Amino acid sequence: MSEKKRSKYIIIPCSGIGKALGTITRRATYIATEELLPNDTDSICLPLLTIEDEEAVRKIRQNPCITVDGCVAQCAKKNVEHHHGKLKGEIKILDVIRENPKLKPRNVLDIGPDGEKLARKAAEKVVKIVGGKS
Amino acid sequence: MKIKPKIGLISCSGEGLSEGMVSRVATRRILEERDDVVTICLPLFLAGGQEERDFAKNNPCITVDGCDKMCAAKGVEMYGKIHPKSSIVISEIMEKGKHSRPTSKNRIEPEDEKLVHETMKIINQEVDRVKEEE
Repeated sequence: MSEKKRSKYIIIPCSGIGKALGTITRRATYIATEELLPNDTDSICLPLLTIEDEEAVRKIRQNPCITVDGCVAQCAKKNVEHHHGKLKGEIKILDVIRENPKLKPRNVLDIGPDGEKLARKAAEKVVKIVGGKS
Repeated sequence: MKIKPKIGLISCSGEGLSEGMVSRVATRRILEERDDVVTICLPLFLAGGQEERDFAKNNPCITVDGCDKMCAAKGVEMYGKIHPKSSIVISEIMEKGKHSRPTSKNRIEPEDEKLVHETMKIINQEVDRVKEEE
């Protein structure tokens, strides 16, 4: 009996290089895809969407997507929307910071323990959207 | 007196491969060491406005890509309508230097520092060369 292949959620961080928040999006994505929901999620390189890579565009149109953005430019969300991807949720690290004002990330290369906590909270938001357990 | 533009350093920062982490960390370290370089988040080419798209026209660019998809180099060509002054590819540096592939997408492990340092050395050489030519 053939088993119907379940589509995975594609988690797409902005990975911005200018601010620690970009690194937090990246870290949150790895926590979600590798630790919390390895069977239900996957990720792709966002720059592939920027250069309109056909395979990447097909992937975000066929699978539900969750974007994780570090700043107000919301590059991940806008890249997915531009290609008419199936956007099922968006996480803004600025919201996570607002909800946890005592947590201060360190810098781009080393987000520090507070940055790590923020990343984990963002990853937990991914879990909520996907509907799994963290 | 003609003011020389800063050199644009654009990293792919690809999330999907460990080489993307090398491109990101090496580029960021150079940005923190030198004051004659600037950067832009690659996905902003699509998500941003004309100012972002003109980045490559206003700053001679060096791209640092993780793999042979070369998203950063292609992004400069697509949106800036200009070729990068230099294209650095981590997978090529690995092959030439016989470096083993970094094991983590998440962080730079101590054994990967040699590859990061070699990449930084090449970026520095290319920045100096492009500056001479401008």
